Amino acid sequence: MSSPTLPPSESFKFSMLLSDTRYRGMSLQVITFIIFMAVFFWLVDNTIKNLALLDKDVSFNFLSLRAGYDINQRLIPYTSDSTHGMAALVGILNTLLVAFVGCIIATVLGLFVGILRLSKNWIVAKLMSAYIEGFRNVPVLLWIVMVFALLTEFTPAPRAFKGAEPEASMLFFESIAITNRGTYFPAPVLAEGAYWLLLCFGLSIVASIYFIRYANKQKKVTGKSLPTFWISVAVIIFPTLIVFFAMGQPVSLEYPYLKGFNFKDGIHLRNSFLALTLALAFYTSAFIAEIVRAGIMAVSKGQSEAAASLGLRPNKIMSLIILPQALRIIVPPLISNYLNLTKNSSLAIAVGYMDVRGTLGGITLNQTGRELESMLLLMGFYLAVSLLISSFINYFNRSFQIVVR
Amino acid sequence: MKKLFLGVLTALALAAGGTFAGTLDDVKARGNLLCGVSTGAPGFATVDDSGKDVGFDVDYCRALAAAIFGDPMAVKFVGLTSAVRFTALAAGEVDILARNTTWTYSRDTDLKQTFLGVNYYDGQGFMVKKELGVKSTTELDGATVCIQVGTTTELNLADYFKENGMSYEPVPTADNAESQQQYLAGACDTYTTDASALHGTRVNLENPDDHLVLPEIISKEPLGPLVRHGDDNWADIGRWVLNALVIAEEKGITKDNIDSWKDTKDAEIHRLLGTGDDDILAMVGLPKNAMYNAIKAGGNYGEIFENNLGATSGINIERGVNASWTKGGILYSPPFR
Repeated sequence: MSSPTLPPSESFKFSMLLSDTRYRGMSLQVITFIIFMAVFFWLVDNTIKNLALLDKDVSFNFLSLRAGYDINQRLIPYTSDSTHGMAALVGILNTLLVAFVGCIIATVLGLFVGILRLSKNWIVAKLMSAYIEGFRNVPVLLWIVMVFALLTEFTPAPRAFKGAEPEASMLFFESIAITNRGTYFPAPVLAEGAYWLLLCFGLSIVASIYFIRYANKQKKVTGKSLPTFWISVAVIIFPTLIVFFAMGQPVSLEYPYLKGFNFKDGIHLRNSFLALTLALAFYTSAFIAEIVRAGIMAVSKGQSEAAASLGLRPNKIMSLIILPQALRIIVPPLISNYLNLTKNSSLAIAVGYMDVRGTLGGITLNQTGRELESMLLLMGFYLAVSLLISSFINYFNRSFQIVVR
Repeated sequence: MKKLFLGVLTALALAAGGTFAGTLDDVKARGNLLCGVSTGAPGFATVDDSGKDVGFDVDYCRALAAAIFGDPMAVKFVGLTSAVRFTALAAGEVDILARNTTWTYSRDTDLKQTFLGVNYYDGQGFMVKKELGVKSTTELDGATVCIQVGTTTELNLADYFKENGMSYEPVPTADNAESQQQYLAGACDTYTTDASALHGTRVNLENPDDHLVLPEIISKEPLGPLVRHGDDNWADIGRWVLNALVIAEEKGITKDNIDSWKDTKDAEIHRLLGTGDDDILAMVGLPKNAMYNAIKAGGNYGEIFENNLGATSGINIERGVNASWTKGGILYSPPFR
């Protein structure tokens, strides 16, 4: 406090709450808070009153009632006899699946496009600009509908695969079928002994992580870099291969085949899922590419020149000098793009993908008439997921930042 | 300053705290009727080449508007998908929902709505392409089925396939147009919805003869108009306009001959058309000649049916159970007394 200590004024006047700088800040905050709470309580009260007028109450009991409808894509067992709560859970998992796969594709694509846009090759740089501007400047809903239309209109129906001389045929040695109802891949079938294989695979990954750490340490101490990539690939692949043959090939592939109206067996990626995931990933990757470009350009040019003068090759400069510094700038805005992708996945209804908006916020809401409850649950879900994602990446981000001593 | 805030708050509270009682007064004050219809169901609610709303449900709302205002055009049609219709009705966005909606127990009770009666006895059917060679729904095991979300057909479908030990893959769509597009693109083997809508959709396809509506009807779908719980007078008005159209067909009163009944000895016709002495329509707050106007708007039930769904419309749906009880159907109105 720089002001001289004066004796407190004789009497405290009420008007001083607004006129005196010592109290004004606090009293304005209190007033704002009171107004906020008043509006909030009025909204709640108004809602309850109007619901009462409509003869409705607020109850979440519907979650334990029989749902009665079927969902095409289920990651957990679900039938029409399951509850509305289970239907919501199926939807939640479908949302998370799209968000997870979409974020991975968007990050990889965005990284590539962002780096390539800075390429000295004129054609590559311009192509990448076109990609970014094309995806970034068209509403994502249109991209979703567009990809879906392409997938359903320009691919053959399962029936085209039938007959002695079919109009369409499966790709890659009769293993992958692309149809207007989705793409069918062979599915791995685990036989006895497959768990040993999985265990071996897991251990190999752990081993390769330890190896990479060891290699990094060596590099710091001796300055020699080991061929980390190839060695870790070998560490992951060879032991697993040996165990695979030693156990008598416990994993086989189950190929999709045409039976009746549709393909049976195999992994079925529905067009609704593909369209939603791909469109969201393409769209978000355009934003990520720009973030990556900004991050790289923010690293001062002197850094790469210094590295070049030390004799490092361009790809080494990128991976050892530029990217580690650029990551500090890239990661924070990346979070909001992951959040956007997750929230944009609620556009799923446009292509009939049964995400949580489609099950809980769509069919369940409609069959039970519980609009308010369903919407509150939906908002709670998206809020929780968004907070989880951002706290996770914030944690991750801390390890990149410069440690200030 | 504080007083101003409180004043604004109070005003807001009064403005937003409206109630739903007195729908008739609201409609009269507004000067038109807000009628929720389908976003495009051939025969029930579509827009014709000249941009005019036409259809079976549309004509019912026009009759209702005529009963209230004497003007069948005093209606604003609000297109609603099956998924948002009940929310729109509950929120007061429409005064009445005439959107081929099935009357069920839970919609009547749990969704807090009042069904005004049945204006079309329907059932759920399936449409397939003829080249598929399917002749019966029992051959649909493993099929991919296009279905509109948030409908009773969705629940019937699940039950029907389960009862018959068959499997299927649902392809959810938002409305009839999207279902149709998916069905034509071959993204689903069969499209299921109310049989009337299937017939209506089929005749509008490029080659109607390439498609077949399977003979089985797997459910009862009594369709009818509905309003919110809580305003019985409004429900009575909607119910009795519907009944008036049915009675008119029974009595042979048509759009064209409606003015020639002044000398009839049938007291019910006088009560209905407001040509008698007693003014019983004042009980619900309607003018004496309200039902006269309603019938004059689009004709009696039979005429509305013929124009929108029957032979004149090209959709060619038989009257079947939807014929008057005097002609072997189950359409039967309580007496207008």
